Amino acid sequence: MKEIVCKLLVIGAGPGGYICAIRAGQLGVDTVIVESTKAGGTCLNVGCIPSKALIHAAEEFDKVRHMVSPNALGITVEAPKLDLAQTIRWKDGIVGRLNSGVLGLLRKAKVKIVHGQAKFRDGKTVEVDTETGTQVIRAETVVIATGSEPVELPSLPFGGAVLSSTEALALTSVPAALAVVGGGYIGLELGTAFAKLGSQVTVVEAMPQILPQYDAELVKPVAKRLAELGVRVLTGAKAKSYSGEALVIDTASGEEERIAADKVLVTVGRRPRTEGSGLEELDLDRAGRFIRIDECCRTSMRGVYAIGDVTGEPMLAHRAMAQGEMVAEIVAGRKRAWDKRAIPAVCFTDPEIVTAGLSPDEANAQGYEIRVGLFPFAANGRAMTTQSEDGFVRVVARTDTNLVLGLQAVGVGVSELSSAFSLALEMGARLEDIAGTIHAHPTRSEALQEAALKALGHALHI
Amino acid sequence: MGEFVIKMPDVGEGVAEAELVEWHVKPGDPVREDMVLAAVMTDKATVEIPSPVDGVVLWLGAEVGDTVAVKAPLLRIQVTGEDGNAAEVASLATAEPPAKVEPAKDKSAEAKPAAPPSARPVAETKVIQPEKIVERPALREPTERPLASPAVRLRAQEAGVDLRQVAATGPAGRITHDNLDQFIARGAQPATAPTGLARKTSTEEIKVTGLRRRIAEKMRLASSRIPHITYVEEVDVTDLEDLRATMNAGRKPDQPKLTILPFLMRALVKTLGEQPGINATFDDDAGIVTRYGAVHIGIATQTPSGLTVPVVRHAEARSIWDSAAELTRLADAARNGTAAREELSGSTITISSLGALGGIVTTPIINHPEVAIIGVNKIMTRPVWDGTQFIPRKMMNLSSSFDHRIVDGWDAAVFVQRIKALLETPALIFIEG
Repeated sequence: MKEIVCKLLVIGAGPGGYICAIRAGQLGVDTVIVESTKAGGTCLNVGCIPSKALIHAAEEFDKVRHMVSPNALGITVEAPKLDLAQTIRWKDGIVGRLNSGVLGLLRKAKVKIVHGQAKFRDGKTVEVDTETGTQVIRAETVVIATGSEPVELPSLPFGGAVLSSTEALALTSVPAALAVVGGGYIGLELGTAFAKLGSQVTVVEAMPQILPQYDAELVKPVAKRLAELGVRVLTGAKAKSYSGEALVIDTASGEEERIAADKVLVTVGRRPRTEGSGLEELDLDRAGRFIRIDECCRTSMRGVYAIGDVTGEPMLAHRAMAQGEMVAEIVAGRKRAWDKRAIPAVCFTDPEIVTAGLSPDEANAQGYEIRVGLFPFAANGRAMTTQSEDGFVRVVARTDTNLVLGLQAVGVGVSELSSAFSLALEMGARLEDIAGTIHAHPTRSEALQEAALKALGHALHI
Repeated sequence: MGEFVIKMPDVGEGVAEAELVEWHVKPGDPVREDMVLAAVMTDKATVEIPSPVDGVVLWLGAEVGDTVAVKAPLLRIQVTGEDGNAAEVASLATAEPPAKVEPAKDKSAEAKPAAPPSARPVAETKVIQPEKIVERPALREPTERPLASPAVRLRAQEAGVDLRQVAATGPAGRITHDNLDQFIARGAQPATAPTGLARKTSTEEIKVTGLRRRIAEKMRLASSRIPHITYVEEVDVTDLEDLRATMNAGRKPDQPKLTILPFLMRALVKTLGEQPGINATFDDDAGIVTRYGAVHIGIATQTPSGLTVPVVRHAEARSIWDSAAELTRLADAARNGTAAREELSGSTITISSLGALGGIVTTPIINHPEVAIIGVNKIMTRPVWDGTQFIPRKMMNLSSSFDHRIVDGWDAAVFVQRIKALLETPALIFIEG
């Protein structure tokens, strides 16, 4: 098969890779992208998008189910039923649309797409096992965007009833009892969804708190909602084995307990995908398990870049996209370096958590003198009219200049505040900037303005 | 907490505005009582404005070079303590009319005059402070990332500018597009230090303000309106120098050391009595020449901020010792910036001396609206032919300019020759009649 020679080769068509390739194509760089499965990566195929589809379906079903009994809104519903197989087909339809959308965008940017497993021969040459044979690609510049995969527990290998998030998103029937090992955001998002779909869900978390990366104040409304949904949360507990009927754990007090479960979902983290593509032979410098990169996403090898989950935390699609865009521009000869101030993070639990910048604890740890403003949704009109008054918006600012250092929120629908949060941080907003911006009424976003006013000492609605 | 507003003081003499020539403080600076905050200038007198209180500068009301109306707010000072009512009035360093000080209408201060400062939560009282203080240019910790919007950061990257080097004027020390423009306009220096000879492409713009601006205006006026005739003559000052040495050797302890200038001043007085047309001012708009009985001699004096002309008033009524004493006093006052306004105006003729710097000829610019200026050049021992041989004589050139509209060349020459005669035979200076 004839060799392909190109300027830029991107390995992996996830959010980082495909954005990198599209941008490079826009800039007139001769670009090839290699993908072993489907375009869109974890995010589009087995992550963000399908999980949000399932969460949405579960929320709708949960709402309707609760209307069976007399309710404040006066809506009567009789015996709603869920066909999860249909739900999954609908979800697959959305994923399919997006898959072809990404391929279309790549073609529009004149990017050549090669399907197959890539393997490095050297820093400039990659072999791809395609359906029609081995394709050799030589490139001036290579971008590694191979992503990440779920971490397996040795005592609970994936397979059969032990699921990773990927399999959980493809279930066609609702498990009667689901044990979730790992109370991070993936486990809680999916655990909550299955609880709403009707499963009896138990969450087993080794740390003293679920969602350990967030402070207790932010997690509290989520824990409260999990309890309402009947989800049993066991913190400080360790999963040991699965018998086929029950998950065996050591509880926080050191006792062994058997938790009945016909499925076990293991969500104990993700690890960079750095094996199986000849990356070992390239012997790039590592930062822990990740590929070490500099502020331009360059690896230790000249002409080899790395972006996305393979380069470290936070493993988030929008970080990978920003890196991919930046690398494409660097390859096209533009001067660029990573200088983002904030990578917002959203946890699509019920209620949602969104964070950007520094938490109060982080700001204190960095030596800032801070003032914190917190405005609860209980005092927000829009929150009342949507029956979701739990949660708050919180702002962290420097005492000396009122420069906003961080923004956090927990509440229904707060994921959409992420743009306001990031924009404030990237623009270097002060409390007065947010407080002086008209926020539309009645919206949940008013809580952001009020939180800033609160930090300034003159909140209006509390 | 409270604020003091310091307003532009009434500097007297019907002056409605004054030019701000210097800030000694910037927002955020702590100030102590009596510390000099600013200097303002009217005509030629510079007045310093001291702080009447201890506190922190919040706001400056003008930029250097701005003309500020009397009573307009000049700066605000945040004072510690319970209110801003300690309306004490400080006098200016020059004993000129005092700076007016008014307590600011700070509601929080007035509403809670009795509250002990520590009774309220710290967060409450601190709210006011950052809003004010952040208006100063950023003082970033070296480790902090520069604060700028993504658009500014992108432009900086493309221009190869390290934003840490860019001075910020935005709120909270944010680098604005303007800050970046200015930085780029000044031309970023290459990171590598060149060795040996290197081309320098930088330029520096200096705003012409204060005294320098007044000098420039005055020189332009004189140069554009007055057709100068400059006449240079050499004077044998050997005898004068002998006399001067003798007088200095025998002076009393309270008498100043004599320079050549008091002698020249006495000679001028004598000559001007004979040629009053040269001790005059010419109002060319009105077409009127004013001749003066009094001889007020301006003495061009170099000060740290530029050229000033203190005036020895009524030189006709001053003895040689008196003239010398007044000359010394005024020169010191001018150099120290403590000369009063009337001591810096009203001359009828001017002497310009570059003294010991040397130079054989100058072309002095007439101090408008006067009609003559006498320039003194350095005394040098030169060989002079006395008819049979060369003998060493102490020679000094006088370079004098006249307004040729009023003073004919003939009269100018007669005037200078008469001074020459007096200086060469100094006894004539002191002979009446």
